[in-house]
This record gives sequence, structure tokens and C-alpha cells, in this order.
Amino acid sequence: MSALIPDFVPLWTLILVLGIFFYVLLDGFDLGVGILYGFAPDAASRGLLMNSIAPIWDGNETWLVLGGLALLAAFPLAFSILLPAVYFPVLVMLLALVFRGVAFEFRYKDVPHRTFWDHAFSYGSALATFSQGIVIGAYIQGFKIEGRQFAGSSLDCFTPFSLFTGVALLFGYGLLGAGWIILKTEGSLQEWARRQARRCLIGVLIAIGIVSVWTPLADPDIAHRWFAWPRIAFFSPVPLVTLLLAIWEWRSLGKSSAHAAPFLAAVGLFVLSYSGIAISLWPMIVPHRFTLWQAASSPGTQLFLLTGTLFLLPVILMYTSWSYWVFRGKVRADIGYH
Amino acid sequence: MSPSALILSRLQFAWVIAWHILLPAFTIGLASYIAVLEVLFFWRREKIYLTVSSFWTKIFAVSFGMGVVSGIVMPFLFGTNWSRFSDATANVLAPLFAYEGLMAFFLEAAFLGVLLFGRKLVPAWAHVLAALMVAGGTLLSAFWILAANSWMQTPAGFELVNGRFFPKDWLQIIFNPSFPYRLAHMVVASYITTALVVLGVAAFYLRRNRFLSESRLMMSMALGLLTILVPLQVLIGDLHGRNTLEYQPAKLAAIEARWTTASHVPLTLFALPDRQAAKNRYALDVPDLGSLILTHDRNGTVRGLEDWPRSEWPPVALPFFTFRIMVGIAVLMLILVVASWWLRARGRLYTARGFLRLCELASPLGFLAVLAGWITTEVGRQPWTVYGLLRTADSVSPSLTGTDVALSLAGYAVVYLIIYPVGIRHMYRTVQRGPSGETQPELIESGLSERPIQALPSATATDRETPP
Ligand code: HDD
Ligand code: HEM
Ligand code: HEM
Repeated sequence: MSALIPDFVPLWTLILVLGIFFYVLLDGFDLGVGILYGFAPDAASRGLLMNSIAPIWDGNETWLVLGGLALLAAFPLAFSILLPAVYFPVLVMLLALVFRGVAFEFRYKDVPHRTFWDHAFSYGSALATFSQGIVIGAYIQGFKIEGRQFAGSSLDCFTPFSLFTGVALLFGYGLLGAGWIILKTEGSLQEWARRQARRCLIGVLIAIGIVSVWTPLADPDIAHRWFAWPRIAFFSPVPLVTLLLAIWEWRSLGKSSAHAAPFLAAVGLFVLSYSGIAISLWPMIVPHRFTLWQAASSPGTQLFLLTGTLFLLPVILMYTSWSYWVFRGKVRADIGYH
Repeated sequence: MSPSALILSRLQFAWVIAWHILLPAFTIGLASYIAVLEVLFFWRREKIYLTVSSFWTKIFAVSFGMGVVSGIVMPFLFGTNWSRFSDATANVLAPLFAYEGLMAFFLEAAFLGVLLFGRKLVPAWAHVLAALMVAGGTLLSAFWILAANSWMQTPAGFELVNGRFFPKDWLQIIFNPSFPYRLAHMVVASYITTALVVLGVAAFYLRRNRFLSESRLMMSMALGLLTILVPLQVLIGDLHGRNTLEYQPAKLAAIEARWTTASHVPLTLFALPDRQAAKNRYALDVPDLGSLILTHDRNGTVRGLEDWPRSEWPPVALPFFTFRIMVGIAVLMLILVVASWWLRARGRLYTARGFLRLCELASPLGFLAVLAGWITTEVGRQPWTVYGLLRTADSVSPSLTGTDVALSLAGYAVVYLIIYPVGIRHMYRTVQRGPSGETQPELIESGLSERPIQALPSATATDRETPP
């Protein structure tokens, strides 16, 4: 049968990579705003910070559902190995997201416990981010597998490396969040966000440096992939571009006329790191064990879902851009959120 | 995999989905109710429809938001706790879940904003359209998720290769034998659940002499719907049961506590089923009625659990009792509906205080019936996740220990026990404030908000900041 049916795996890989990237980018900046929320100078700025993401965070999180379901549908083997392996990080992430999600609302309604919901919001955002970072780190390191199932323990995912990537992601989302705040605010709050962004940028650069040394040392496969000819030719510009982006980011943070540049540069840094991970793993979807093709669902399954997805995904993208367009411009304090 | 990881994972799944289902059960009906009110307002231009619609939209916003948050948890549970189930069934089931996400969640999200905040921003017809689209989205959600669940109950259109299911015919997979019945039964259940809540709120105001004209409208619409749907639900339930008799006979034997295969079987109204001894204690039987109801023939033969090895028996007491709770609630609803006709004929519908009190008390009945029905269905399916083909014990993630799952279950327990009471209190406060006639939630910066749960007005005037 396979002779007659074309190979859908590359297309599904692309859809999945894009879907996850949209999630990381979109929920990344609003989780980042949530992390910085805990450090905000005063109550008025906290109100503004929340307003800046209130209309859109919900749509952002829907990408998480879509990403998860696309993984299950297109590469079920990867889904059923990855999720038990990161049992606790996923649990903590989900609970943190629940708390953080209702905090948007309950903070305004449940006045006697407002402090509690404020904490729920910032700690929830930070915990969800940290957990996602652990998932990434654990994923890069790979899992103990028997047959088609994860065979390690639920605690295996907590390693020095994954804890490190957890912290790194806090800085990363913080940088995105600060970029968003700069885009959406003015005056002293924007100044504050620029200072936060510089701190996060330093953290991010240190993290990128350490991961770039640590990964090839810890993983001979990846080292081989990075340094073997001809790949090295493609890889060698990456540190250079990263450096250029970092300089652009740093300088635009110092320029009070640059409103969008810090956010765009942060997005650029994320694109690079993300594609770095993707290229290091290609063509494996379960590191060291299963390729994309081995983990793929049957062609019949992929075709059935692809038919609808190719039509529905552009519509979703159109809607998302439209809703961002509706809420464009600076957040203002004079019109309250509630 | 340890045995306690299995039982705790089952408990955890039941806990999380039981909380989740309460919200869809309510929002599916409410979205349609709001759409009807919006159409009526568009058509007749009477302000009362607008007032009532805006009031329920505020409550809808809160419950919809909580439905989304609790729903996000669910697909991840398939991976974390039921990884072998995911591996075995993904080729067939995952596209159904994914289509739910792509079609339904998208449609809801896209038009919810316009429904909640766009009344003054878009032309009237577009607002009506938004209400219809949100209602359509919730129904599509139910369509896909119930297709998936029904396939697990009565699998069709697949082939089994090395213990994994592969699709052969998508139409058979989606329109599997129990799907039409389950979809109809669940959608009607949601409408009934919502109608009872609307009825209870109307009675709450009428007893306190508040919002009289709005309450009469709500009450008369709710009772009109219940008059049609409650008898219809009994009919669908009967058909559903006969479908179960055909495709899941062991489940039906458990529901009816039938241990031996026989004709002329009685209907057991009450008993304490004893699974160990395979017989009923303190049974209260009506002769021949069981055969009559199940096979529509007094001589009909009904299979008993003795036909299956014990290792394939579902639990008996739980489906037996929850089924009777569901049917008992249906009977209470019928009584309520008949009483309402009687009072209406005497012109006392909106004033009979005893009846109004009953309506208030009846408002949670739909939720109870829905939970009871789902427990019947899901526990009766045991010990299988895919009926007759994949055992629950073979579905759970092999790596989990009892401690792992105990910890996560404790997490879900604590979080839900905080979130739900707070959410319910907000909805109750909105009910206490009543349909004030205000139709437009506050503007927010640089445009209008489209977030779901913020359609409530602020809780108090002293809504000041306190530092965290
Ligand atoms: C698409 C899938 C699906 C859907 C829509 C539902 N269930 Fe379910 N249910 C399962 C898929 C499932 C499952 C994955 O197959 C479980 C987990 C373990 C098991 O035995 O079946 C299960 C178990 C399960 C159990 C435990 C049964 C036992 O272990 O003895 C309960 C009480 C419920 N569910 C309740 C519900 C409720 C209240 C639902 C209302 C929405 C519901 N289920 C819908
Ligand atoms: C295993 C079962 C289920 C899973 C995995 C599941 C998954 C989800 C998810 C992920 C969401 C949030 C989507 C978003 O981000 O917007 C959601 C919401 C929703 N679900 Fe479920 N769900 C399940 C059971 C059901 C059932 C049985 C029904 C209806 C019969 C249902 C109807 C809905 C509806 C209408 C919503 C929209 C939110 C709401 O109305 O509260 N779900 N579900
Ligand atoms: C006399 C009336 C009723 C009968 C005979 C009846 C029959 C049934 C049966 C046989 C099932 C199990 C289906 C299976 O094999 O899995 C079921 C499930 C269910 N029932 Fe009922 N039912 C009745 C009334 C109600 C009412 C009033 C409600 C709610 C308002 C309700 C809600 C449900 C739900 C939510 C389920 C689970 C979903 C499903 O499997 O359809 N039922 N019902």
C-alpha cells in the first residue's frame, strides 16, 4: 500500500514544528509577562501588565492543545513515550496553567483574596515556564525505552541539565515578556521593562553559551552531528548570527525610540535556539531511538487529518492575526480592564 | 506498572473528567439558549430578550472559561497516565480529538469575543451570527468527543495489527453503532441541564418578587423546552439501552444486575447486588417487566453475567445504582413537567410558592443525572477501555508507580477544590444581582476585550489594588 500513498511525514513535521513554535512564541511572551509581574514596581503597573495580555493569552494557550493533539495524531509513538517520561513537569505545568488562567479573572472578583490570586498569577507563570524548560532539557537528553514504551522512572527527567534548561527558559520567556511590555507600554514602566530585559538577556546569553558547550560534551551523537563536515559549514554562522542579534537587542534596549526592536530581536534569538535544537535532533523524534518515520501514524491517519488541517490552519492563523490587530497599540491606564 | 498506579490513574481520570463534564453539560445548552434569545431579539426587537440574553451571557462567560481551563488538562492525561492506550488507539482516535480542536475550539474562540463584547462594534446580524457560531462550536465539540468516546464503547471500521488499531473506514469509525444514540442522549441531557438551571433561577426571582417579567419569560421558555425534551430523553434512553443490549450485553447485564441468562426476566427496582455470590440481596422485582422493557417482548431472553468469564465482568453495584439514580431523576423531571401543566391550566404557574420552591431545588438535577449517566456508561465498559479488545489494565503507562499517581491525584484534588467553589460563588453572585439590563461590559484598553470570563461586572465598588 505504501507504494501508492505519498509520504506525509515531512509535511506533518513542518506543521508540528510550526505549531510548537507558535506556542513557544505566543504563550512564551505572556508567561514572561506573568513572571515579571511578580517584580513589578507598584500596583498600577501590575494592572497595566495584566491588561497588556488579558485579551490574547487565551488564544495563545490554545496552541498548546493543538500542539499536543498534532503530536498525538501525527507521531503517536513520540507522544506516548514523552508524556509519561515527563510526568511531573507536565503535571506541574497543567496545574500552574489552571491557577494562572483563573487568576486573570478571580483577581478582580475575589477582592478579599486578591493577594493570593496575584501570587497565583506570577508563581503560576514562573512554574509553568520552569516545567516546560525541564521538559525540553529532558527531551534533549533522551529517555530509557523498552519496546514502544518509556521504561525509566518518573524522576529520571530531573537532571542537572534539565533543571538548568528550566532556569534558562525563565530568562528566555522573561526576555520575550519584557520585549512585549516595551512594545505595549510607555514612560517609566517601559524604562523598567528595558532594565528587566537587559538582565534577562544576560541570563539568556549565558544559558545559550553553557548549553552549546554542555550538549556536545554530554552527547557524542550531537557532537558528531554538529562538528562533522559538511554540517559544520551550516552551523558555524549560527554563533555569529546569535551574537549579532544579541548586540542588536542590547543596543535597542538602550534606545528609547526603539519600541518593537527588543521584542523582534528576542523572537530572533528564539528562532535560532529552536532551530538549533531541531537540527541537532533531526531526523529523530525520540532522541537516540525513533526517527520521525518510525514514530509516525499510519498514512491513512495522516491523510485524513491533513485534509482538514490544510484548510483549517490558515483560517486559524487569519483569526489570530486579526485579534492581535484589534488590540494593537499601547495599553493605557485611563481605561481600566474592569 | 504497579496495581495501585492503575487504580489511582482510573480515579484521577474520573475525578478530572467528572469536573470537566459539568461545564460542557451546562455550556452546550446555554450557548444554544443565548443564540435563541439573540435571534428572538433580532427578529422581534423587544428589549426583554436582550436583557435576559445579556444576563446569561455573563454566566456563560465564567463557565465557559472554566470549561476551557479544565479541558486543557484532559488530552495530556491520555499521554501521562494512559500511554499504552494512546499508542494503541492513536491512529484511529487522535484525528477525532484533533478535529475537535481545529473545528470546535477555533470556532468558539473566534466568535466568543464578538458575542461577549462586540454588540456595539458589529452590525446586529453579525452579533446574532456570532451567537449561532458559538452554539455551533459547542455542538461540534460534543460531536467529535462523543464520536471518540463511542468508538471506545462500540469500536468499528478498524483493523487490529499487533495490538494496535488502524483505520479502515473513517465513516464507520465516526458513525459507530452507539454514536447516534450517545450524541442525541448527551445533547438532550445538556439542554435539559441548562433548562433546569434557567428554571431554578427564574423561580428564585419570582419567589422574591424580583425581575418579574424576565423571570416569567425564562420560566416559560424553560418549561416549554422541558415539556418536549424530558419525554424525548426517556425515549432516546430506551433506544440507547437497546443499543447497549445489542453491542455491550455484559454492561447491560451489570446495569440490570442480571446474573443468569433467562427469558421472562423481572425488572429489579432495587437490590443489593452481590458480585461475589453472583446474586441479588433484598431484591424488589417486577415480574416480566425487564424482558418487556429491554426486548419489547414479555418472553424476551436477556443474557446474564454467567455467560462471560469473571475476568470480563464489569463492576455491578456502581452501574446498577447510578443507572437507577439517572432514571429516578428522569421520573422526578417528568413529575415537575406534569405539575407545571396542571398549574398553568389554573393560571397559577408563576405564583404557586411550593412549586417555585421545587423548581429551585430541581436546578442541580441535570448535573446529577449527567454524572450518573456517565458513570454508568464508563464503569459499565470496564474492564475494557476499547470494548472487548483493549483492557484498562493494559492501557496504563507502564512506568508509573503508585506514589507518582497519588501525588498527581492529590494535586488535582487540591486545585479543583479551590477553583470550583470560587467559580461557582462568582456565578451565584451574578444570579443574586440579576438581569440588571446593562448590556455592555466595560471597554478595555486599545479595543474591546474578548476574554471569556471577564464579562462579569466588578465584584464590589472597593475594587482597589493591594500589593501582592
Ligand atoms: C474520549 C474518551 C472519554 C470520554 C469522552 C469520557 N471518558 Fe470516561 N474514561 C475514558 C475515556 C473517556 C478512559 C480513558 O477510557 C477511561 C480511563 C480509564 C478507563 O477505564 O477508561 C475512563 C474512565 C472513566 C471512569 C472510571 C471508570 C472506572 O475506572 O471504573 C469514570 C467514572 C469516567 N471515565 C467518567 C467519565 C465522565 C463523567 C465523562 C463525561 C465526560 C467521561 N467519562 C467521558
Ligand atoms: C476525554 C474526554 C475529553 C477531553 C480530552 C476534552 C478536552 C477538552 C479541551 C482540551 C477543552 C478546552 C479547549 C480550548 O482550549 O478551548 C475542552 C472544552 C470543551 N469540551 Fe471537552 N473534553 C472531553 C470531554 C468532553 C465531553 C464528553 C464533552 C461534551 C459532550 C465535551 C465538550 C466540551 C466543550 C463544549 C468545551 C468548550 C468549553 C466549555 O464549554 O466549557 N468535552 N475539552
Ligand atoms: C428513563 C430515562 C432514561 C433512560 C432509560 C436512560 C438510558 C441510558 C442508558 C441505557 C445509558 C447508558 C448507555 C451505555 O450503554 O453506555 C445512559 C447514559 C447516559 N444518560 Fe441516560 N437515560 C435516561 C434519562 C437520562 C436523563 C434525564 C439524563 C440527563 C439529563 C441522562 C443522561 C445520560 C448521560 C449523560 C449518559 C452518558 C452518556 C451516554 O452514554 O449517552 N439520561 N442513559
